[in-house]
Amino acid sequence: MKTIMISIRLLTAMTIITGIIYPFLILVLGSTFFPYKASGSLIEFNGNKRGSELIAQNFDSIAYFTPRPSASNYDPLPSTGSNLGPTSRRLKNNIDSIKKSYTSFNKLVGNVQIPADALFSSGSGLDPHISLENALLQIQRISDARRLNEAKREQLIKLTYGILEKPSAGFLGEPVINVLKLNIELDKL
Amino acid sequence: MEPRDFLQPAALLFLIAVFTPILGRYLFGVFEGSLKMPKIFSDIERKLFHYCGINPGIGMNWRKYLFSLLVFNFAGIVFLYVIQLVQGWLPLNPQGFGAVNHDLAFNTAVSFVTNTNWQAYAGETTLSYAVQMAGLTVQNFLSAATGIAVILALARGITSRLSDNLGNFWTDVVRSVLYVLLPGSVIISILLLSQGVIQNFSPYLNVTTLQGMPQTIPMGPAASQIAIKMLGTNGGGFFNSNSAHPFENPTPLSNFIEMFCILIIPAALTYTYGLKVGSRKEGWVIFGVMMFLLVAGFSVSLHSELSFNPALNSTVLLEGKEMRFGIVNSVLFSTITTGVSCGAVNAMHSSLSPLAGMVAMINIMLGEIIFGGVGSGLYGMLIFVIITVFIAGLMVGRTPEYLGKKIEALEIKMAVVAILIQSAAILILTAAASVLNPGLSSVLNPGPHGFSEILYAFSSAAGNNGSAFAGLNANTPFYNILTGLVMLVGRYGVIIPVMVIAGNLAGKNISPSGAGTFMTNNFIFAVLLTGVILIVGALTFFPALCLGPIAEHILMKQGILF
Repeated sequence: MKTIMISIRLLTAMTIITGIIYPFLILVLGSTFFPYKASGSLIEFNGNKRGSELIAQNFDSIAYFTPRPSASNYDPLPSTGSNLGPTSRRLKNNIDSIKKSYTSFNKLVGNVQIPADALFSSGSGLDPHISLENALLQIQRISDARRLNEAKREQLIKLTYGILEKPSAGFLGEPVINVLKLNIELDKL
Repeated sequence: MEPRDFLQPAALLFLIAVFTPILGRYLFGVFEGSLKMPKIFSDIERKLFHYCGINPGIGMNWRKYLFSLLVFNFAGIVFLYVIQLVQGWLPLNPQGFGAVNHDLAFNTAVSFVTNTNWQAYAGETTLSYAVQMAGLTVQNFLSAATGIAVILALARGITSRLSDNLGNFWTDVVRSVLYVLLPGSVIISILLLSQGVIQNFSPYLNVTTLQGMPQTIPMGPAASQIAIKMLGTNGGGFFNSNSAHPFENPTPLSNFIEMFCILIIPAALTYTYGLKVGSRKEGWVIFGVMMFLLVAGFSVSLHSELSFNPALNSTVLLEGKEMRFGIVNSVLFSTITTGVSCGAVNAMHSSLSPLAGMVAMINIMLGEIIFGGVGSGLYGMLIFVIITVFIAGLMVGRTPEYLGKKIEALEIKMAVVAILIQSAAILILTAAASVLNPGLSSVLNPGPHGFSEILYAFSSAAGNNGSAFAGLNANTPFYNILTGLVMLVGRYGVIIPVMVIAGNLAGKNISPSGAGTFMTNNFIFAVLLTGVILIVGALTFFPALCLGPIAEHILMKQGILF
């Protein structure tokens, strides 16, 4: 009986300390020191919140850079990957059809190697990044769609290289490009 | 491969080795009571003891210690179950989520109390902020503290002489939370916040995307939960895709921090253990065996992941992986999270190459002793140490001894029970689910991969890991109830025998070591221990693995699709 009483009281006390006080403490610290990040790294453009820089958005227009394929169709509720295995015929069919559509969408000619990140869907379905190679392959199509002159096109290439995020501290992670950020810069061009 | 592909794992493991003695010494001070705490903490501790009616000085024998643990954990399960059923009436529920189904609530309650953190639900579409905080976060702390308590009791049993005192369960839990897990979580939360992990109570945000489409972005107090999810080797994500979600793990640096957190307490406990038994070498030998198995598993995984897949006609398999982490970090994470009983994932394990998926499974099947869960990894490893000492004793024809304590029939029986009960649960239920309709209907991938989904699910539940081949639809009454029961068997089916061993060893005298004593702090023992672990694991699980990942690997190499 005594053990049961202690259990209930300790559970109550711990719920208050670790379940209420602790998250609120982190909330206060977050909104004080990292208000932008703690609230979701939300990007404003022309005065409106247009999404989070960490969460991929669906871009299917020919005038924008497209993100990686998403098993959840870029719906964050809930986030999910395809979970298709390494011998999955469905996965193979997906890749083949994406290969075709990517090639025709970007008007690629000849035997261009399509980067893996353009073919495979991400773990969260919300991966905000693509590789540099993937971005560069899309520039011609975007320049055509937006009727960018040669100078602007050069500027876009520079912009793409400029927005490339290098591995942190020189060795952590992979070099990546944030699609939403790049598209916002593109709209400003 | 780039130089950074070697540098990232090397830097991580180096940092773990550096911080192991530092944190290990701190933990020793905390639990021996020799470290003087700042007054504010000791005041909280005293008030807490007073409020709960705990007399911290009173020692417990193994029965009392175990009984307190079971009652406390049971209370946790009941509370967590109820809070999910009534979440519609609780505050901090901006999305208005209603009661969770009974079978899912049972599964989730057991899952978080047993430090499994198997998730049959998707956090962002099922649970309110209140349940995530006051329910799940709390058990993230308490299940880790429970693991620490058990290893402390076992260490006391090994080192005490003709006594039945294993310490005070309540004191151990309170100190674990107040002096280790809570301060650690605050620091880690701040680091994660700096990288972009969210912490707010806002309702989900409806935005119009740049191209003009609607999108709803989930919010919530994620940072506080994720910090303890990693540090307590829990692994239950705030969001469905866990540490692959950009809000849970936004940058390569946050990823590095999360991997460090998974490993550090289990690693440090080996050093603490060395101090407790009076020979740091004992701790380092165990650390070394764990590190060897981790690096070996990682090497196999990475090699498999970087090999050509003829079935998909591709070498760079990015399915289920995030760009910011890339292949190396995804595989490193998958090896660590399964070796350690964490279960958080930053890439979808189901889409890993067959052998990388197999390493993840083996890591779990061995009982998660490659550093292993907070506390549970080390007591699991000590079970194998006892078996090894016994086998060595048979070889030389002497009564086996470990650190001066005679290892006799009862200890061996209990050690065998602890190992067999998990294995039996995995194999029997996998076999059953593979032939029953409700088991098969949840499978996503056809072919051997489908079998692997089931095998992984029960391994993960029995090993209290929580990661998954998530193609399997686990949110059915069949899987919710069965995996829930297996989690209980996997957790308490090991804790109970360990406590019996602790109690039994405590009552024995310590015989002085002599010329004929079998030493457990040298290289030979490390090799022997590694061999025993691998042989026991291989003998038990090789047939099942042949039907799953090994078959898939061979067929994949022939270019066969399912």
